[in-house]
Amino acid sequence: MAADSIAVPLPRTESRSLLLDWLCTVDHKKIGMMYIVYALIFLVIMGCEAILMRIQLARPESTFLSADAFNRLFTMHGTTGIFFVAMPILIGFGNYFVPLMIGARDMAFPRLNAFSFWMTAFGGILLYASFFTGGSLLHGGDAPAVGWFAYAPLTSPAFSPGHGTDFWNLSLLLAGIGSIGAAVNFIATVLCMRCPGMTLGKMPLFAWMNLVTGGLILVAISPLTAAQLMLMADRFLGGHFFDPAAGGQPVMWMHFFWIFGHPEVYVLIIPSFAFISEVLPVFSRKAIFGYPAMVAATAGIGFVSLGVWAHHLFTVGMPSYGNAFFVLTTMVVAVPTGIKIFNWLATMWGGKIRFATPMLFCIGFLFQFLIGGLTGVMLATAPFDWQLNNSYFVVAHFHYIIVGGILFAIFAAFYYWFPKMTGRMLSEKLGKWHFWIFVLGFHLTFDFMHVPGLLGMPRRVYTYQAGRGWGVWNMISSIGVIFQAAAILIFVYNIVHSYFRGALAGNDPWDAWTLEWATTSPPAEYNFSSVPAVRSRRPLWDIKHPEDPDWKYE
Amino acid sequence: MSATPATFADEAAELRPLSRGRVGMWCLITAESAIFLIFVIAYLVYMGTSLDGPTPKQILTVPVITTICLLSSSATMHWATSALRRGKLALFRLFWFVTLMLGTIFLVGTGREWHRFIYQENFTIHTNLFGTTFYSLVGLHASHVAVGLIALATVMILALFGKVKQEHSERCEILAMYWHFVDAVWVVVFTVVYGLGR
Repeated sequence: MAADSIAVPLPRTESRSLLLDWLCTVDHKKIGMMYIVYALIFLVIMGCEAILMRIQLARPESTFLSADAFNRLFTMHGTTGIFFVAMPILIGFGNYFVPLMIGARDMAFPRLNAFSFWMTAFGGILLYASFFTGGSLLHGGDAPAVGWFAYAPLTSPAFSPGHGTDFWNLSLLLAGIGSIGAAVNFIATVLCMRCPGMTLGKMPLFAWMNLVTGGLILVAISPLTAAQLMLMADRFLGGHFFDPAAGGQPVMWMHFFWIFGHPEVYVLIIPSFAFISEVLPVFSRKAIFGYPAMVAATAGIGFVSLGVWAHHLFTVGMPSYGNAFFVLTTMVVAVPTGIKIFNWLATMWGGKIRFATPMLFCIGFLFQFLIGGLTGVMLATAPFDWQLNNSYFVVAHFHYIIVGGILFAIFAAFYYWFPKMTGRMLSEKLGKWHFWIFVLGFHLTFDFMHVPGLLGMPRRVYTYQAGRGWGVWNMISSIGVIFQAAAILIFVYNIVHSYFRGALAGNDPWDAWTLEWATTSPPAEYNFSSVPAVRSRRPLWDIKHPEDPDWKYE
Repeated sequence: MSATPATFADEAAELRPLSRGRVGMWCLITAESAIFLIFVIAYLVYMGTSLDGPTPKQILTVPVITTICLLSSSATMHWATSALRRGKLALFRLFWFVTLMLGTIFLVGTGREWHRFIYQENFTIHTNLFGTTFYSLVGLHASHVAVGLIALATVMILALFGKVKQEHSERCEILAMYWHFVDAVWVVVFTVVYGLGR
C-alpha cells in the first residue's frame, strides 16, 4: 500500500491501445457503458428471437419453425431477457450513476466491478455458444430447450440429453456470480463512499433503490446459485436432488427457483423505479413527493417480495393455508407499489411538466406498470390463477411489466442520461417517433395477447389448431411486433447517429438537481476534481438558487 | 478534459466512514448464508426419505476431534488478529499458523471420512438421496474451508516474509470474518447432518 502511493503513476492510457484500455478498465463509467452496450446487443438478439416466434404463432398450424426450434427460442428469449438484457442494463446504469450521484470517484471495489462485468459477459457468450454445438445451426444447435425456469425433471439427463441444459446452467451460474459481485459493490459504495454531507436521508432515491436492489440480489440470486449447483450435481455427478426415481422431489426445484425468481422481478423493477424517481421530478419541475415514503416503500417491496414465491405454485397444489398465505403476501405487494405510483402522480400534480422524450417514457411506464400490476393482482387470486396459470394471459401480464414497465423505464433513462454519458443529446424528433411507434406496437402485441390466454391458449405451444378463436388475436399480436421492431431500429439509429452527430449537451442540459450534472459530460475519469459537499437532496438546486436553497426546508 | 469543480456548502457534516472491506465481507457472508440455507433446507426436507440404504445411522460417525479443531480455530484466529492489532507480530504469526493447522486437520478429517465412505462403504453421491444431500452439503462447506485455507496460507507466507504488519490488521480481520463465518456454518451443518439427521 505504502509503496503504491509513493510511486508515480505511469501514463498508461497513452501506451495502451483503445481496445486494451476498455478491456482492462476498472473505471465504473466504462464498465457501466460496457454493461449497457452488451445488454443492448442482447436486446436486439432476444428481439429477433421474439420475431421468429411471433411469425410462427401468427397463423394456426404454421410450419415456419419446428417444435424443437420453438422450444429453444422461447428458452433463449426468456433467459436472455432476464439475465443478459435487463440485469446488465440496470446494473450498468447503476454502475455509471450511483458513484456520480453520491459524489464518489468510483465504486467501492473497482476490480471486483470489472470482474463482475466479465463474469456476466462470459455467461452470455457461453449461453449463445450453445447454438453452435450439437446439431445443425438451423434448428438451434444444442441450445437449451427447457424454458427459462428449467423445471425438473425435464432438466434431468433422461429428458434433456446433450449439453443444452448444461449451457443454460453454467452460463447462469457465471452471470449469478457477476450479479452478486455487483450487489456487494453497490451496497459497499452506497454505505461507504458518499461525499461529505450526504447522509442516507439526503441521498438521491436512485442510490437508495440501488442499495435495496443490491440487498435483494444477495438473498435472491444465491438460492438460484444453490439450486443450480444441485442441478449440476444431478447432471454431472449422478445426484438425485430432483430425481423422482430415487425419492427426489421435482417440486423442490420449483420452490428454489421461485425463491429466486420472484424477488428477481423486483431486482429488475426497483432500478426501474429508480430511473422514474430521478427523471419524473426533473421534467415536472418539482422535488419528488414523499421522499421518506418512497424509501420506505422500496424497502417494503424488498422485504415482502421474499415471501411471495409460491404464488407460482398455486396449480402445483398446496394446503389451503399455504394458498391463503401466498395470496395475501402477493396482494400486500400492491400496497407499497401503490404508494409509489401515487407519489409519482403527486410529483407531477401541479408541476410544470415538460413533455420531452424521457418524460414521455415515464408516463408510458406509469400507465403500463399500473395495468401490469392490476393483472398481477388478478393472478394473485389463487382460483383465478388455477384457471389462467401457464396461459397467454400470464405471458401478457409479465410482458406488461417487463416491456411496458422495465423497458420503458430503461428508455427513459437512455434519453435522460445519454447526454451525460456521451456529451451529446439524443435526437428529440427521433425519440418521439420511437416513443409513439413503440407504444403502438407494445399495445397491439400485449393488450391483445391477454385474450387468447382468457380463451385458454397455453403458453409455450409451438402451434395451435385453426377454429379455436385464437388466430385473430395472435395475428394482431404479431402485427404489433412489426411496429416494436421499427421503433427499436429508430432507437438504435438514434443512438449511433447522435453519438457522432448529436447536438452538444453541455454539463446540465435538463436543468437537473443531482450531482452527476455538476461535472462535465462525459465526466472525467476522476468524476469530480474536488469532492463535493451537499446539504440537501437537490444539491444543484442549492447552487443555482442560493437565495432559496432546499436545505432550509428539509 | 477538465471537470468543473463542484462547489457546495463548505460546512459539511462529518461522516464517519464505514469500512468498505467489512461491508463487502458482510455482503458476501449474507449471500453465502443464503446458499447454505438452501442446501440445509434440501437436507432437512430429504432427511429419511432415501429409497435405499445406507442410512446415516449405519455409517456416520460423529467427527468430534475435527469439530473441536475447527471451532477452536476461531479462537486462535481471534487471538491472531488481536495480536496483530497490538503490533505483536511474532504472536500473530504463531496463532495464525495454529489456525491454519487446525483448519487443515479439519479438512484432512473430512477427506479421511469421505475416503472411508467411498472405498470401504461404497457410499457415493450417486448411492441414494442421503448420499446426494450429504456430499453436497458437507462438500460445499469443505470447499469453503479449502478456500479459507488458501487465503490463510497466502497470508502466512506473506507474514513469514515479513510483509504483514500492524497496518494490515484491518485486512486480516476481514479475512477472519470469513473464517468465523465458515466455522459458524459448520455448527449448523454439524447439527443438521450429525445431530438431527442421524
